[in-house]
Amino acid sequence: MHELAVTQSILDISLRHAQKADAKRITAINLVIGRFSSIVDDSVQFYWDAIAEGTIAQGATLHFQRIPGEMTCRACGHIFQPDDVTFACPACSSLSVRITKGDEFRVDSIDVE
Amino acid sequence: MTTRVPVVEKILSANDRMAARNRETLDRAGLYAINIMASPGAGKTSLILKTLESLNGRLRLGVVEGDLASSIDADRAAAAGLPAVQINTGGDCHLDAAMLADALIALPLAELDLVLVENVGNLICPANFQIGTHLNVLIASIPEGDDKPYKYPGMYRGVQALIVNKIDLLPHVPFDLEYFKRGVEVLNPGVITFLLSCKTGEGVNAWAEWLVRQVKDKKE
Repeated sequence: MHELAVTQSILDISLRHAQKADAKRITAINLVIGRFSSIVDDSVQFYWDAIAEGTIAQGATLHFQRIPGEMTCRACGHIFQPDDVTFACPACSSLSVRITKGDEFRVDSIDVE
Repeated sequence: MTTRVPVVEKILSANDRMAARNRETLDRAGLYAINIMASPGAGKTSLILKTLESLNGRLRLGVVEGDLASSIDADRAAAAGLPAVQINTGGDCHLDAAMLADALIALPLAELDLVLVENVGNLICPANFQIGTHLNVLIASIPEGDDKPYKYPGMYRGVQALIVNKIDLLPHVPFDLEYFKRGVEVLNPGVITFLLSCKTGEGVNAWAEWLVRQVKDKKE
C-alpha cells in the first residue's frame, strides 16, 4: 500500500505551506492526479484521517481532481482518451500517438484559515 | 476567512530529493546502479543470477534485494557469491529512496562496478518512487499476458529499458508480441527492449553486453 507514503507526503507538503502562510487551520487540500499516476482515493482518505489527527490539517477535506489520460494522434491531430485495450487513434486508427495528459501527481493548493 | 494558498508541488518531492542524494552517493563511488521492477514471478532474481553468469567476472556486482519479508532472494544472491543486502519493507509494496540509502551504507561500494536493486514484486507502486538509480528496468514475462502495457501504463512509462522474459514459452502461451510492442511504443517510444529467457539463456548475453557498455560509458 503505497498510499500511506503518498498520504504522508501530502501532509508534509501541506503543513509546510500552511506554516509559511501563517495559517491556523487547513480546511481543504486540492490534489491533481493523472490517469497514469495510480493512487486510490479512499485509501488516501483513510490514512489521512489517521495521520492528520493532532495537526492543523485535522479534518481537512481532500479534493481529488482526476485528469483522464489524453493522447494526441501524430497522424491526424485528433485528441482522445485512451481505453485500456488499445491506444490506437479512434479517428484514423493510427498507432502513432503521444501522451499529452495524465502524468499529473501534485498538491495544487490548500485552503487555509 | 478561508484563503487558497497555491502549492503546486509534486507529491513525492521529498522522496525525489532523497533519490537525488542516492545518485550523488553512487556517482561519487563511480558506480552504476539499476532498479529492477516487475510483477511477482516475472524473473527478477533469476535475471540477476543469469546476468552474473553471463558477465563472468567482467563487472563487480552488488545486489540489493527488496522484499516484503524473508531473505530468500538475498540468500540466493549470497550463495552465488554476491555482496547482497536485504531490505524487508515490512509490508510496503515498493522500495523508496530512504530504504536504498540505508542499503547503500551496508554495501562495499568502493569494491563494486554495478549495483542491481531488485524492487518489490509489483507493477503499480514502485513506478511512483524514484530511488536514485541510473536506470529503471522493467521485466515483463510472457505468461503475464500481452495486455499489461495497457493495464499498467504508469510502470511502462517510467522505465529506460524493458526486458521480456520467458520467451521460451511463446509457442505455448497466447501472447501477441506485436500487440504488446504497440502498447509499449505509445507509452515509452523507442525504449530499448531485450527479449530473453532466463531458463534457456537465449538473449541473456545481449542484455549483459549492453549493461557492460552502460557501465563503461558511465565511467568514461
